[in-house]
Amino acid sequence: MHSRRLSRVVREAGVGYLFVLPAVTVFAIFVFYPLVKTAYLGFFATPPTPNLPARYVGLSQYRSVLASADLRASLWRTVQFVLYTVPGGLVLGLALAILANQRMAGIRIFRTIFSSTVATSTAVASVIFFTLLDPQVGLLSYWLGQRGGGGVLQSSSLALPAVSIVTIWQNIGFTFILMSAALQAVPDDLLEAARIDGAASWTRFRRIILPLLSPMIFFAVIIGVIGGFQAFGQIDILTQGGPNHHTLVLIYDLYQQAFQYNNAGAAAVLSVTLFCILLILTFVQFWYFQRRVFYVQ
Amino acid sequence: MSSDTASSGTAGRRRPKTMRVVRRAVRLALLLAMAVVVAFPIYITLVNSLLSPHQIGARPPTLFPTHPQWGSFATAFSQAHMGIYLRNSAIVTVIITSAQLVTSILAGYAFAFVRFPFQRTIFMICLATLMVPMEATIIPNYKTIEAFGWLNSFPALVVPFLATGLGAFLFRQSFLGLPRDLRDAATLDGYGHLRFLVRVVLPLNRPVIAAFGIFAFLGAWNQYLWPLIVTQTNSVRTVQIGLRQLSATNFNQINVVFAGTLLAALPIFVLLLVFQKQLVRGLTAGAVKG
Repeated sequence: MHSRRLSRVVREAGVGYLFVLPAVTVFAIFVFYPLVKTAYLGFFATPPTPNLPARYVGLSQYRSVLASADLRASLWRTVQFVLYTVPGGLVLGLALAILANQRMAGIRIFRTIFSSTVATSTAVASVIFFTLLDPQVGLLSYWLGQRGGGGVLQSSSLALPAVSIVTIWQNIGFTFILMSAALQAVPDDLLEAARIDGAASWTRFRRIILPLLSPMIFFAVIIGVIGGFQAFGQIDILTQGGPNHHTLVLIYDLYQQAFQYNNAGAAAVLSVTLFCILLILTFVQFWYFQRRVFYVQ
Repeated sequence: MSSDTASSGTAGRRRPKTMRVVRRAVRLALLLAMAVVVAFPIYITLVNSLLSPHQIGARPPTLFPTHPQWGSFATAFSQAHMGIYLRNSAIVTVIITSAQLVTSILAGYAFAFVRFPFQRTIFMICLATLMVPMEATIIPNYKTIEAFGWLNSFPALVVPFLATGLGAFLFRQSFLGLPRDLRDAATLDGYGHLRFLVRVVLPLNRPVIAAFGIFAFLGAWNQYLWPLIVTQTNSVRTVQIGLRQLSATNFNQINVVFAGTLLAALPIFVLLLVFQKQLVRGLTAGAVKG
């Protein structure tokens, strides 16, 4: 009797372990092991020639990379990129969602157009704008009066804003979908009540719509910031970090150190830096999500 | 026309009719202007893909193709290898999506319906993976793949992504929403875990499965950094990396570059039109993670 119950508990546990085993195996090999290994690699200076062993240098590589002007510059460029893309994209996406949130013949066509850029990957968006901004044949270069000249992507002052605009365009469909979903959840009678009370549309927007949208806006901001720190493809296709490092953001620096300059040690320190930044951002997101799920609902 | 103000009842607050007409006109003009801005890059890509390279370079630019030349698509598909890239992406994406569905559903089920020691700890471990971006672990992962002898092969593109913490988390949450009596009743009927999962849990959770499936599909299809570093030849390059090759090497045939770009976006465009509802749900579910 006793042993049968025990065997049932053991069998139950066996099923549990069997079901989580595939996921846990993948996580162990491709998430946790490399995470520890990255931090560990940061303690070793990469030798100048590939066949020499890496030299243990303790914390000195962390110290020198973290204190370097290069890191400060690439971090600042990343922050600039985030500041260009997140607020701009959000305001635009929200404006489109409000414009499209009305009963009107043919409004579905507009909704489809506004959400269409969801179908464009980073590579698709980047290649489109790379050709449109080409100094020789690019249509946008021609309209911007840059034909045959330096070109927008080759300009040290315009390259990062240009990459940001491409990013905003690529993400606008996603932001539009998020904001439309939130907007459609605003009860109609709430808006109707405000209208009867004679609330002007700006007041209606600020006092009723905006507070109700704030959770989704917060999500969009956090996703945008995290995405901004991970933005890689548009830099790789449009500028490769140039001209003269003016679009060399943190992750592109990491990529170049690791896979072009073969400096795994320095790249590992940059990886740890990126991880810590994203960790803080993810914690903010989790904290907010938990609070919203468990206290509001 | 007058229905929205008529419902207010008080005639004094009714706006003059001309005012409303003006407002509507302004809104429509704004909608049209924004639609042109958002759609223009894709529209001009389509136009340019139908022109000859010479016409593309001509000024003033051609904004409507009077003699469309569809040949650029065939060239992009075969000579510029877009067909192979698309096939590779399809293989990689389908494998990753199905594997993530299976591993996530199994793990989510175990967390929701099975009792085993260290269940909570293992769940927290799965949750913790959400905080480790792939970009931060890319150097050791590259070395692992190299050590396995998988560089420049499909396993390199697929194996690191066979499971995701987000999926396990989403399915656990969704499964916990089912009534507990359901499991008790099924046990009385002699259902084991697998039968209960397949016959009861999965049919009741179709919307979540569809939403997560779309989300996983988009994520796998759009991957860029990892495929870039682990592929070296066209035979395994995914469409995103193939597109990068195309724009870097075929610039003298710029109409082919434009055609290839459209071919790369086409599958997701179709997906967007067919699965609009699931896509919205999938994207907003993904908003939880980012």
